[in-house]
Amino acid sequence: MASLNPWACLQVGEAIPELVLPAVTRLNLALYCGASGDHNPIHVDTDFVRTTGLPDVIVHGMLSMAWLGRLLTNWVPQTAIREYNVRFASMTQIGEAITCTGEVTDKFEHAGEQLVRLTLTTVNAEGQVKLSGEAVIALA
Amino acid sequence: MIDRKYIGHVEPAFEVLVEKGRLKFFAKATGQTDLVYSDDAAAHAAGHPALPVPPTFLFCLEMEAPDPAAIRNLLGMDYRRLLHGEQGFAYERMAYAGDVLRFEQSIEDIYDKKNGALEFVVRKTSVTNQRGESVAQLRTVSVLRNS
Repeated sequence: MASLNPWACLQVGEAIPELVLPAVTRLNLALYCGASGDHNPIHVDTDFVRTTGLPDVIVHGMLSMAWLGRLLTNWVPQTAIREYNVRFASMTQIGEAITCTGEVTDKFEHAGEQLVRLTLTTVNAEGQVKLSGEAVIALA
Repeated sequence: MIDRKYIGHVEPAFEVLVEKGRLKFFAKATGQTDLVYSDDAAAHAAGHPALPVPPTFLFCLEMEAPDPAAIRNLLGMDYRRLLHGEQGFAYERMAYAGDVLRFEQSIEDIYDKKNGALEFVVRKTSVTNQRGESVAQLRTVSVLRNS
C-alpha cells in the first residue's frame, strides 16, 4: 500500500505543522534556568546583565532548541529523529513571540530506512531568524 | 589564543542519573504539553518503559559533570566572552528516567576566524547507557570573542 507510506506521500518543499509560541517571559527563563541546570546569570539576573553592556537578559539558546524539538515531536514520535542540529544565529529577547517552522528539503534512503531532511527555523514576529537548523527523520 | 595542543584532549568520563522529577520540570519549563514527557501512564501507553529524555535534554545532563567548567578552565576561556555557536545531536537510541548515562567529552577541533578575533572550540560528547549501549553523540561549538 505505497499510497499510505508517509515518506512516499511527502514532497520536497512541504512544510510541517508550525509551532506558535506565546511571548517569552522572565518566568520562562527562570524556570528554564532551574530545569536545564544552565545557571548562567546572563539569562536571569538583570543586575549582572548591566555589567555586560547588554540591554536585558537574553533567552537561553537551548530553550529555543527545545521549542524546535517540540516542533519535531509534535510531528513524529521522538524515536524517528536521527539527527538534530542548530546554529544560534541571533539572540532571542524577552517579549518576543517565536514561531518554529520546518520544511522538507530532501528525501533519501540510508541503511534500510526512508528518511527526510528538514530545515528548521525559529523567527520572531518580524521574521528575523533566531535559530536555523536541520533534522533527519526516519519515516519508514 | 587558545593552545591548539588541546585538540584531541579527552576529559575523564562521568555518569549521571536521569531523574524523573527533572524531566517533569523540564517539560514544564519548555512548555511541553504532550503528556508522554510528564505522565508515566501516557509514556507507557506510547510504548516507552518510563518518561523519555527529550531531544535536547542530553545537553542539560552533560552540564551535570563534576566540574561543568572543566574544559572552559582548561582552555582558559572567559565565560563572559563565550557564545554557544552551534549544537548538534546524532541519536542512536532513546534514554529514559532511571537510566544512568555515561558522558565522555573530547575536544575535536580548535580554530579561529577573522585573524583570531573569533575562536571556535568543537566538543564531541558520546553518551552511553548503563548497558553500554550508545545513546547519542553531541557536538557543541563554542565561540570565544577576542575583541
